[in-house]
Amino acid sequence: MTASPRIAIVKTVLIALVLTLVPLPSWLAIVRPDFVVLTVLYWSIEEPRSGGIGLGWICGLILDAFQGPLLGEHALAVALVAYLGVREHQRIRTKPLLQQSLVVFAVLTLYEFVLWAIDGWSGHPLTTALRWVPALTGALLWPLVAPLLGRSYRRRR
Amino acid sequence: MAGFGPRSDTAHGRGSAPGFRFTLYALAAIALMVLDHRMHWIEHVRFGLQGLTYPVEVALNSPVRAWHSLKDDFTARRQLERENRRLRTQVRDLRIRTLRLAALKRQYAELIGLKKAVPPIATRWLPAGIVDIQLNRLRQRILIDRGTENGVFRNQPVFDDYGIVGQTMQVGPWSADVLLITDPQSDVPVQIERTGLRTIAVGTGAPDTIALPYLPANANVRVGDVLVTSGLGGVFPAGYPVARVTRIRPTDVQPMSRVLAKPFAHLQTDREVMLIWFRPGAPGKPHGPVRTGVRGAQPLPAPARPAPAASAKAAPAISPTQRP
Repeated sequence: MTASPRIAIVKTVLIALVLTLVPLPSWLAIVRPDFVVLTVLYWSIEEPRSGGIGLGWICGLILDAFQGPLLGEHALAVALVAYLGVREHQRIRTKPLLQQSLVVFAVLTLYEFVLWAIDGWSGHPLTTALRWVPALTGALLWPLVAPLLGRSYRRRR
Repeated sequence: MAGFGPRSDTAHGRGSAPGFRFTLYALAAIALMVLDHRMHWIEHVRFGLQGLTYPVEVALNSPVRAWHSLKDDFTARRQLERENRRLRTQVRDLRIRTLRLAALKRQYAELIGLKKAVPPIATRWLPAGIVDIQLNRLRQRILIDRGTENGVFRNQPVFDDYGIVGQTMQVGPWSADVLLITDPQSDVPVQIERTGLRTIAVGTGAPDTIALPYLPANANVRVGDVLVTSGLGGVFPAGYPVARVTRIRPTDVQPMSRVLAKPFAHLQTDREVMLIWFRPGAPGKPHGPVRTGVRGAQPLPAPARPAPAASAKAAPAISPTQRP
């Protein structure tokens, strides 16, 4: 390895954060995928040593600061996504992109489920089916997002 | 598809196994959540975080603002003239009504012999620009560019020219979160103007609908009824318009009927709202001379602070601040 991938990680996370926070018309905001989660998942799979659970936790906390009803909610959910990515990175990495997307869909659904459960426990229930839409759009975008993220840093093998 | 079955490979990450590290991080997150939910000191952390995130939100929203101001610049002159004429008549109309209201109020107070029984009215208001509309995950909230520096406090009523918009929730140093009345978490104590029946209006999550879920099926309510604030609960002053009933759906099974109403406030098109102080002893009542910033010179990362004494003397507070 020549340089650490950290710079690429920080850059892509910042871009994902901007994409998450930039104001959009309301119908577009509903289908907007969780870019930060996708980015964290990608780095957990590709660079489990540099990315990983700590990165996920911090990104989640930043999301909480901007839009969480409860501090720590997204931190837990994104850390869980990163954990699954790190744990299964060797299996996921070798699959073709379309199969990866299925895994991503499962992980994102779990992520939304964790948020939904915590919302319910903490008394901010939001029981509309639309909140599950980003999991689907995120999985659909994965075959586009993953190669883009791959361009930001290429490890010398 | 790759399942998340039993692990087959050795530990990754730095040093410890990922499962152990995840447990640590998860515990930290849960501790934070519990503290945020139960304790109050975490409010200070949020206060600081809101101060940090506000510039970012302003920056991200600036293209939208630039587009709006560009559009305004190119608005046809004729349209401006028309709007000006309409506004002038509206101002005259409102002024006359205010006069009449003041006279009525005086008569009323004299009649009941209690000068202090005059219902609470807005003692001060402050315009605030909408920085960001947060419809994340269908929460109906907006972010405004006024905070504790301007005397804003938590649970302060927010209006626009047509009715009630909502109330402030998280207040940062230069910004505040406003919970719209259409947010599923919002409850507004209201009264049906025609009958005086009191109930609670709850947000539905849809941007133009609120519901009255606690009305019995035999309640005297009709389509077109006006809902005003009842003044209970202490957040909103009594008698301000909230919504108009648009739909009543009786249900056979439940003893309740489903009543929907459309807010008067233009929640989707507002670009500026008003913060209201209506109790004399309200918390955060600004100390010293009251100034309102001049609007239109947006965006302002740090809106008008209370002016130092010298400049306040030179430029006394202009309306719309104090109404005696």
